[in-house]
Amino acid sequence: MSIDRRQFLKIAGISALGAGTAAANLIWKNSLEAIQAAPAEEGLTAKKWAMVIDMRKLKTEEDYKKITDACHSIHNVPDFGNPKDEVKWIWTDTYEHAFPGQENEYLPEAIKEKPFPLLCNHCENPPCVRVCPTQATFKRQDGIVMQDEHRCIGCRFCMAACPFGARSFNYRDPRPFIKEKNPEYPTRTKGVVEKCTFCTERLVKGLMPACAEKSNGAIAFGDLKDPNSEVRKLLSANYTIRRKQELGTQPSVFYIIGGSEK
Amino acid sequence: MIEKALTGSSRYWIWISFLLAVIGVGFIFYLKQLSYGLGITGLSRDVSWGLYISQFTFLVGVAASAVMLVIPYYLHDYKKFGKIVILGEFLAVAAVNMCLLFLLVDMGQPMRALNIFLYPTPNSIIFWDAVALNGYLLLNIVIGWTTLESERYSAPPPRWVKPLIYLSIPWAVSIHTVTAFLYAGLPGRHFWLTAVMAARFLASAFAGGPALLIILSMIVRRLSKFDPGREPIQAISKIVTYAMLANVFFFLLEVFTAFYSGIPGHKHPFQYLFVGLEGHGKLVPLMWLSVILAAAALILLVNPNTRKNEKTLLAACAAVFVSLWIDKGFGLIVGGFVPNPFERVTEYWPTLAEALITLGVWAIGILILTVLYKVAVSVREETAGADTEH
Ligand code: SF4
Ligand code: SF4
Ligand code: SF4
Repeated sequence: MSIDRRQFLKIAGISALGAGTAAANLIWKNSLEAIQAAPAEEGLTAKKWAMVIDMRKLKTEEDYKKITDACHSIHNVPDFGNPKDEVKWIWTDTYEHAFPGQENEYLPEAIKEKPFPLLCNHCENPPCVRVCPTQATFKRQDGIVMQDEHRCIGCRFCMAACPFGARSFNYRDPRPFIKEKNPEYPTRTKGVVEKCTFCTERLVKGLMPACAEKSNGAIAFGDLKDPNSEVRKLLSANYTIRRKQELGTQPSVFYIIGGSEK
Repeated sequence: MIEKALTGSSRYWIWISFLLAVIGVGFIFYLKQLSYGLGITGLSRDVSWGLYISQFTFLVGVAASAVMLVIPYYLHDYKKFGKIVILGEFLAVAAVNMCLLFLLVDMGQPMRALNIFLYPTPNSIIFWDAVALNGYLLLNIVIGWTTLESERYSAPPPRWVKPLIYLSIPWAVSIHTVTAFLYAGLPGRHFWLTAVMAARFLASAFAGGPALLIILSMIVRRLSKFDPGREPIQAISKIVTYAMLANVFFFLLEVFTAFYSGIPGHKHPFQYLFVGLEGHGKLVPLMWLSVILAAAALILLVNPNTRKNEKTLLAACAAVFVSLWIDKGFGLIVGGFVPNPFERVTEYWPTLAEALITLGVWAIGILILTVLYKVAVSVREETAGADTEH
């Protein structure tokens, strides 16, 4: 465990536990495994976090905007206003681009045109973790794929390795481009990679991910290993698909496509 | 021996000053990149590696190619390479230095570069590449320097270098194989996900590196009294010919698999590179230039008359080098990122700053090469009983 990662966890720990230096010292001593094994009382834990996105429940443009805005504003995601430098944690694209190779031209128009929310899949078998030369990108015991922004050397190998385009690189200093800074969440620096974290900072506080919370029930989040969890119930009751399953990364984000209803 | 690099003709010093000027310009732009971030380059979220990483890839090949001289000379006792093998080893030293610099300038957080060794991660190919490259650099510096030193005193090289020389042979193959693995093991990048990648890398390396060596030998011959000789150059030209044929063959294998299978993901990068995709085709003219140069080079190389004529051989070698530079030092990396994981096309083109930084790194490599060759040539001139002044 490096000083860098400890510092990172310390920051995460402070905001997460909201318990000042005592708690931070605890994490400092007990490192990563400690927060996984012993989170604050009210924290949410799981053997394997997963998400089910029910496309039937996402209807208006407003529905999508609430989700992406919630994530980007609380996580200090910058808006550079150009696609070249773009940083994004959750965004949308059409079926054809979200699930390339699975499209066919006779799909219902409603599905063809519908925007699908896309984010890091927190893969069970993540190539981004496999290739990272510094372990700055790592998988936690609960399945969440995280990165340590203080250790990342900015080689962007993980971006080449991720088949889902989930990762963004800070091509410039992001701080001047954050609309409204959330003081409770760390900002990043230029030259490091970032992506969705499944809202680890909220889970430890007992809160659901921000996108799930703002989705009016369209996004379910829960423990894939718990047969009684909401995600498992949805998965056993509906036909779901995942992105690029053939690559074997085992995404933890599932989509219920639904029929042609708008 | 290094003092030999400190005396030279005015032409030598003008050349050195020119290189220093190019390095200076590159360095100024690198400082700009450090303060602004990699946004100064043409790279984007979709094409996240570009000119820097492709130069790195290309130069690993140049470095590995020294083995094409080492094997005949040391394993098959092909004495005629005796004079020229040092040029190959020193070329490898310069090339590996450039490789490492290109990796460094590509990093978003170069101050943390040592994290690769502080947190060694054997499941990451970059870790193995860093180990392989640094090891190869060390091997070639030690081997080149000691053999040259003993030659200077007309003594046989110390016995402990022999095992190092033998070690350098598989090591050279390993640096390029590991570099190919950087790409060939990534799911979802169809252009790179091919088992023939490492073989293709080695073939193009053994064509491009020796072609450069022939060009360099001819330059050395013109500028100094050291003549590598006609025969070794002819022998190397055969290596270039076979390796280039193998390289083109491997490339055609890829084309067959992509288009006969008809799998869209496999076809798209080729389409993007050679005919354009969805109206985007910035690289098309370059890629065709590469094809034409490769074809022209092969015609000149396969025909024994033009291969034996040093003028046409020089033209062929230049064509091989430029063709492979375009193919591997540019198209291969960009092609892997187009189309992106969402089947959308984002194009890449380097910016001026990026190009100047790239030139700066090349100039550092050429400076290292010039100094090392100067030493080697001076020693040769001395031992040949020639006048040391020039
Ligand atoms: S989606 Fe990409 S970034 Fe996320 S875990 Fe999978 S490979 Fe890694
Ligand atoms: S960019 Fe950072 S997180 Fe990604 S592979 Fe490199 S060091 Fe790891
Ligand atoms: S889980 Fe959290 S970090 Fe990930 S997209 Fe949703 S809100 Fe953003």
